[in-house]
Amino acid sequence: MLKRLLLASALCATACVPALAQTPVKIGVLNDRSGVYADISGEGSVAAARMAVEDFKAAEKGLKVEIVAADHQNKPDVGASIARQWYDRDGVDAIFDVPTSSVALAINQVTREKNKAFINSGAGTADLTGPQCSPNTVHWTYDTVALGNGTGGAMVKRGGTTWFFLTADYAFGQALQRDTTEVVTRNGGKVIGAVKTPFPTADFSSFLLQAQGSGAKVIGLANAGGDTINAIKQAAEFGITEGGQAIAGLLIFSSDIHALTPKVAQGLVLTEPFYWDLNDATRTFSDRFAKQAGGKKPTAVQAGVYAGVIHYLKAVEALKSASDGSKVVAKMKELPTDDALFGKGTIRADGRKIHDMYLFEVKKPAESKGPWDLYKTLATIPGAEAFRPLNQGNCPLVSKS
Amino acid sequence: MSSAAASTDASPIATALPEGKDAKAFHRLVFVIIAALLVVLPFILYPVFLMKVLCFALFALAFNLLLGYGGLLSFGHAAYFGMASYVSAYAAKVWGLTPELAIIAGTLVAALLGLVFGALAIRRQGIYFSMITLALAQMVFFFSLQAKFTGGEDGIQAVPRGHLFGVISLADDRVLYALVALIFFAGLLLIYRIIHSPFGQVLKAIRDNEPRAISLGYRANQYKLAVFVLSTTLAGLAGATKAIVFQLASLTDVHWSMSGEVVLMTLVGGMGTVFGPILGSFVIIAMENYLAQFGAWVTIIQGVVFVVCVLLFREGILGLVARTLKRPL
Amino acid sequence: MPTILGVPMQALFGQLLLGLINGSFYAILSLGLAIIFGLLNIINFTHGAQYMMGAFVAWMLLNYAGLGYWWALILAPIVVGLFGVILERLLISRLYKLDHLYGLLLTFGLALIIQGLFRNEYGVSGLPYAIPSELSGGQRLPFMFLPNYRGWVVVASLVVCLATWLVIEKTKLGAYLRAATENPTLVQAFGVNVPLLLTLTYGFGVALAAFAGVLAAPVYSVNPNMGADIIIVVFAVVVIGGMGSILGSIITGFTLGLIEGLTKVFYPEASSTVIFVIMVLVLLVKPAGLFGRTA
Repeated sequence: MLKRLLLASALCATACVPALAQTPVKIGVLNDRSGVYADISGEGSVAAARMAVEDFKAAEKGLKVEIVAADHQNKPDVGASIARQWYDRDGVDAIFDVPTSSVALAINQVTREKNKAFINSGAGTADLTGPQCSPNTVHWTYDTVALGNGTGGAMVKRGGTTWFFLTADYAFGQALQRDTTEVVTRNGGKVIGAVKTPFPTADFSSFLLQAQGSGAKVIGLANAGGDTINAIKQAAEFGITEGGQAIAGLLIFSSDIHALTPKVAQGLVLTEPFYWDLNDATRTFSDRFAKQAGGKKPTAVQAGVYAGVIHYLKAVEALKSASDGSKVVAKMKELPTDDALFGKGTIRADGRKIHDMYLFEVKKPAESKGPWDLYKTLATIPGAEAFRPLNQGNCPLVSKS
Repeated sequence: MSSAAASTDASPIATALPEGKDAKAFHRLVFVIIAALLVVLPFILYPVFLMKVLCFALFALAFNLLLGYGGLLSFGHAAYFGMASYVSAYAAKVWGLTPELAIIAGTLVAALLGLVFGALAIRRQGIYFSMITLALAQMVFFFSLQAKFTGGEDGIQAVPRGHLFGVISLADDRVLYALVALIFFAGLLLIYRIIHSPFGQVLKAIRDNEPRAISLGYRANQYKLAVFVLSTTLAGLAGATKAIVFQLASLTDVHWSMSGEVVLMTLVGGMGTVFGPILGSFVIIAMENYLAQFGAWVTIIQGVVFVVCVLLFREGILGLVARTLKRPL
Repeated sequence: MPTILGVPMQALFGQLLLGLINGSFYAILSLGLAIIFGLLNIINFTHGAQYMMGAFVAWMLLNYAGLGYWWALILAPIVVGLFGVILERLLISRLYKLDHLYGLLLTFGLALIIQGLFRNEYGVSGLPYAIPSELSGGQRLPFMFLPNYRGWVVVASLVVCLATWLVIEKTKLGAYLRAATENPTLVQAFGVNVPLLLTLTYGFGVALAAFAGVLAAPVYSVNPNMGADIIIVVFAVVVIGGMGSILGSIITGFTLGLIEGLTKVFYPEASSTVIFVIMVLVLLVKPAGLFGRTA
């Protein structure tokens, strides 16, 4: 008996050497699993996190990674109390994903207070790396400024000089409109009108008619989720694009376009940091992902969770500890990022992850070869131009010099 | 209009058991048990979770005061809970008030709002009363979405917990828990006093038979308004406290689904029982907390709880217990 | 061009027409709610979920059985109506003797369950459902572009509402229904099977919701939450019209659609709240709603 035990441990000594000094890491994937953002994040983000741990070969590198997940129901107080409990009681070291800006801001606060790490992928608010920036937070995938920048700037350059906004009547929609307006005017375009739509709205026909009547070349949709889907569906019905006006989605993801189908969404222009069909690496990843996610291709948010977990683990491996959140995040900023999905990049002092963004146009049904063949690339926006300049975010972490 | 299927002898929403002489002693025992639990539980359960339960328990108690003893079903109680939470958060964060003053400010606003809305709503009865409260709450929601100070859907974030009376730091969860437990217990005692005061007796008389109460010379509307304002004030106290505990105030608290949630808590715990809503909110919050990983299943399970409660035990958990013990709770 | 408060007349016509179209959905949905409330005294919170089911069944018929829009328009209400009949028999019928509140809570719980199950199965991004080819395209009116499908929605809902009203007011079955609403015991004594009448009524009310769901499928996002938001508005419509009043719910549905349409021009942010403002005002002036009778 004793002999066998010794043998077993000897075997292990050769096969699983790093097991000797295992660093425990507990990752919490906190997102929407029942509401409007469940398809862009949800269960798929958890699958992405799991794949990241696998691909990082965490066990071989001496990290004992555990993943937990929960639904914040898009309610800041629900999110904040889960986060507190995770940090205080369950030993979670870092929280990932967190779509919905209001919840993300709350988690940002709690994480800083408890000195853990928060790697956001799902939320849009640029305040996370602006006035609310924190030494414990990295904002990975996108933000409203980058989306407005990409779509707004590129559309004006392509001749879309006059804009009309359909803006969801809440802070997020207004931020999108404000940021995009700034870019449009900077590029020589003009905003000739906007209408605030109640949130949520099922029927956009009235607002679309106002947009149509304005004669603007571009109708900007400063909204998200079900609102955007309804607006695009009804824009097709009212023949907006056939009338010569372009529709620009300011926050819309591939899962939304998939749901709309190219037939309805054709011609829509949008900005995303990731698309499954960008290159061989993203295609390989996406095929693997689809096998675990019921055939769905990953969204940018899910890709961001994958890449964020890989980079986070890299920093933890270097420090050999996950316990001090601000140290881990500092390490993440110090190390250059490199992963299969976003390529090489960096994380700025304010916590903003920098990578390229892409301007896409939704294909016509005739061009689309399958249910997930959605986009053609119009332009690549280099990381240096895509995001808000470091000195303009009013982030207290950035020294004003 | 007259209704067929539901005959006129429809059972009242809440039927409190008649209280015998020993009820008082029994209730004293219950209070002692609750106080003991308040002291012991934070050593077993996570204090922040408990604080959440206590805030919602107070909210449900306030709601039940109106429903169980005033016979008025409000579908808009989120308005008072949420508005108080906004005001309290704003006062603590922007004006820099100490937490107790912030909570008082929030509570006062809820009282004022209750006075105005109550004056409108109590003029109607039954389902129409519910609908007016719902509509008024929708307007509060709209206001919260539009007004600058609420921060739109981002809400008011990073509210400082601050120092109680400017001295005692509330940063430690245990200290804050003591405060929340104290507020809760005071609220509970107050509600108990109201129910068992002559005022409460008149309320019950009005609930059971309004024309008779009026013919006895009671001004029913004044009593109804009074209990409405009391209820919204206590709901406001709960909301204001919650804002300090979670350091944020958001649209969730003014949304109509929050009004639905408090009905659920009261239903599960036992409408018309004094202590039922406490248990109900514990059950519901625990479900929300521990089932969070199951995603959409949370709402399905909540739905099942609704259905089962309505079909099988309408008197709620404590109502059932009370009947078994043959003692009012 | 003449203007009203800075808005061109022509644009205003367009908006009014759109308001009328939205009013069509409110009218069918509130009609169903009103019938159910009038006879069963149940405030059917599941109505929104049943509306959603109508749209989903239409999608399922297309994708699993290859049956198109026109089939769905007939079959989906029948399928969802049958589902309603089962609900009524198994659950709702147990609550007739109780306070309104319990019916409301039960149906609220059912709505949570149904929506949750659909969410688990189909996600929330929504499912595609195309406008039937016969109704694609549109008419270029002098003041706006009117998609043919929207025109059809108004016609279909007017026909359905009118037919329902005629059945209830002019036929023998309708007479039984109205009589049973007034005095069930007496009607039962005359040999009418009142429980069956109640079950069928509930089924019919639900079928109306599903019909609205099929109508909505090509223009609104078909997702599990589509009924959750509209139900509160429809409640308001029913209350304003007078709980249980058939004609009241139809007229109020269309009227509020128009008012909402106007609000979308002059104060768009408030367009989802204006209905509640009206509701409070109406209830304060006319306690039983515009067309309701005071008990």
